[in-house]
Amino acid sequence: MDSEDDFMSGLSSDDDMLDDQSDNDDESVAEFGIDESDPELDFSHKKDTKKKKTSFEINFKVYKPEDIQRQQDDLIDEVNMILDIRKEDAAILLRHFRWNKERLIEDYMDRPKKVLEAAGLGPSTTGPPKLEVVPDFMCDICCEDEPGLKSFAMKCGHRFCASCYNQYLVQKIKEEGEAARIQCPADGCNRIIDAKSLDLLVAADLQQRYHELLTRTYVEDKEHLKWCPAPDCPNAIECGIKKKDLIRVVPTVACGCDYKFCFGCILADHQPAPCELVKRWLKKCADDSETANWISAHTKECPKCNSTIEKNGGCNHMTCRKCKHEFCWMCMGLWSEHGTSWYNCNRFEEKSSSDARDAQTKSRVSLQRYLHYYNRYANHEQSAKLDKDIFIKTEKKMVQLQSASGMSWIEVQYLNAASHALQECRQTLKWTYAFAFYLARNNMTEMFEDNQKDLEMAVEALSEMFEKNVNELSEPKLKVDIMDKTSYCSKRRDKILEHTAENLANGGWSWSVDF
Amino acid sequence: MSFANKRLGKELAKIHGSLPPGITLVTADGFQEWLLDIQVLDANPIYMNKTFRLKFKFSTSYPIEPPEVTFTQQPDRPIPMHPHIYSNGIICLDLLGQQGWSPVQNVESICMSLQSMLTGNTKNERPEGDAAFVASNRRRPRDIDFYYHDNTV
Repeated sequence: MDSEDDFMSGLSSDDDMLDDQSDNDDESVAEFGIDESDPELDFSHKKDTKKKKTSFEINFKVYKPEDIQRQQDDLIDEVNMILDIRKEDAAILLRHFRWNKERLIEDYMDRPKKVLEAAGLGPSTTGPPKLEVVPDFMCDICCEDEPGLKSFAMKCGHRFCASCYNQYLVQKIKEEGEAARIQCPADGCNRIIDAKSLDLLVAADLQQRYHELLTRTYVEDKEHLKWCPAPDCPNAIECGIKKKDLIRVVPTVACGCDYKFCFGCILADHQPAPCELVKRWLKKCADDSETANWISAHTKECPKCNSTIEKNGGCNHMTCRKCKHEFCWMCMGLWSEHGTSWYNCNRFEEKSSSDARDAQTKSRVSLQRYLHYYNRYANHEQSAKLDKDIFIKTEKKMVQLQSASGMSWIEVQYLNAASHALQECRQTLKWTYAFAFYLARNNMTEMFEDNQKDLEMAVEALSEMFEKNVNELSEPKLKVDIMDKTSYCSKRRDKILEHTAENLANGGWSWSVDF
Repeated sequence: MSFANKRLGKELAKIHGSLPPGITLVTADGFQEWLLDIQVLDANPIYMNKTFRLKFKFSTSYPIEPPEVTFTQQPDRPIPMHPHIYSNGIICLDLLGQQGWSPVQNVESICMSLQSMLTGNTKNERPEGDAAFVASNRRRPRDIDFYYHDNTV
């Protein structure tokens, strides 16, 4: 990468810091200062032209609403020129072909009539859409026939009064959220209403909504485009990752609004765990499969009627409440066969009962294993939430620090950086536990767990420093420590993500389940 | 007078004038709910000598929105046997759904469609899962997502 890139991009200057850890601190301070002094420029540069850098990063582009509109307009213009058809018709055809321009042009060249018919454009005449007064007209929707009634018909010739057409379109757009496939109101007519006709028939607010919905269909039709799922974010992301790749990469993208999410499944950033693993883990945590685990760990079935019984005290002589079957809790055998050895099962060592015990132990172990990973996963999730509170407090702290220590705004930005690093690292740590839950144990697991441990220790240490009060924070020594720890955390995070991503890509991990 | 009332008034005037054979108006008090009787005219053994009662419910957006149409049971008005008609009178027919509906349709054309739906049927049976659907359904017909997969009957 060239030097300008280094200078401008927040990410690469971070890398610099990591690489040159032993450099003197003044330089690091300067790096941060320059880095954060122009966040606008910094961001746009980083997000728009992100290049592949490490094994866990992928290429993607962020599009703003106007970019999305322009892309559509460009395609429409192109088809309009090549096929020499109206722009409105070109738009309808493109939508019909899900924006696959090549296929549209090819098919249209072969069989223009068939293509037009299928897209709802039928046999066409020229002329802009307009409202007309037609003699002896009766509207088939409202049955109105007064003279001078304004009416409209698309090229299919089905004519309705302007007010009915309007009501029909309002219903379709407002209530049903349709846009790209609104058909002529006539029964069985597949003709689709075009943008120009629509603009003639409905009020401005609805036109706007219609065009919004149309834009949505563009992004939804394109496999490589996805909306940013952050609330109220109007951006879309382009990424070339295909569904079949998802087992080998975790395509994390960062929108211009700063939200990081997985392009594969639209969930929040879940590196290093691949989508399928995440799906299983979330399902495991959400549904009551663990209840079933508990049941098998704590209960037995009545040998006769299979009712589930929890023994919560008392002796081994069980009488099933449902079927009145009497049996021994220990060996599950008939109570009557115990003869006189009341309340002291002497058949405990027999094979069938030891099998039952083994099964029970196994079930307990798997429950404990799950809980081990789940508790750590949940802990980081909780801490990540607390990080958000910390972030708010950080901003206050930075103001206090400026007045208490006489530091400038730029000089206190290290707290901001620390807060960001904490959030990012916790998000990663959280998913390393789900990842680990599904790993089969081998040499690589140990390396993974070492990486995980290093990151976790670094994060906890940084978290502790970060919560110090303002007086302590203003000490130069602590400031340096925090900056060092911040870059160390990021470095450790990169390490574990690189290790997991590289081995995901070459199928190096072995799992305890099939994905 | 609202949009729906205006249209229904015109429809009613036409219905009072004439209706196709086998369709008769029972009551049309106001513009919210109408009752009509239909009969199958040919000699289909499943429906011979039987009369069925239809209930139409109109929203204020009629005819932009489809009306809610169900068969309703009376001592002398059974629910017709049909693989697309549930025993509680709910009808699975695409033209009554938002996707299949066209505002050009009207009460008369719906009655005729239902008439021909019965005429063409040879299966003396209820839809699959009728008992479970009738027992559990609390939704209004318009909110049910029917799958109009079967075009054979």
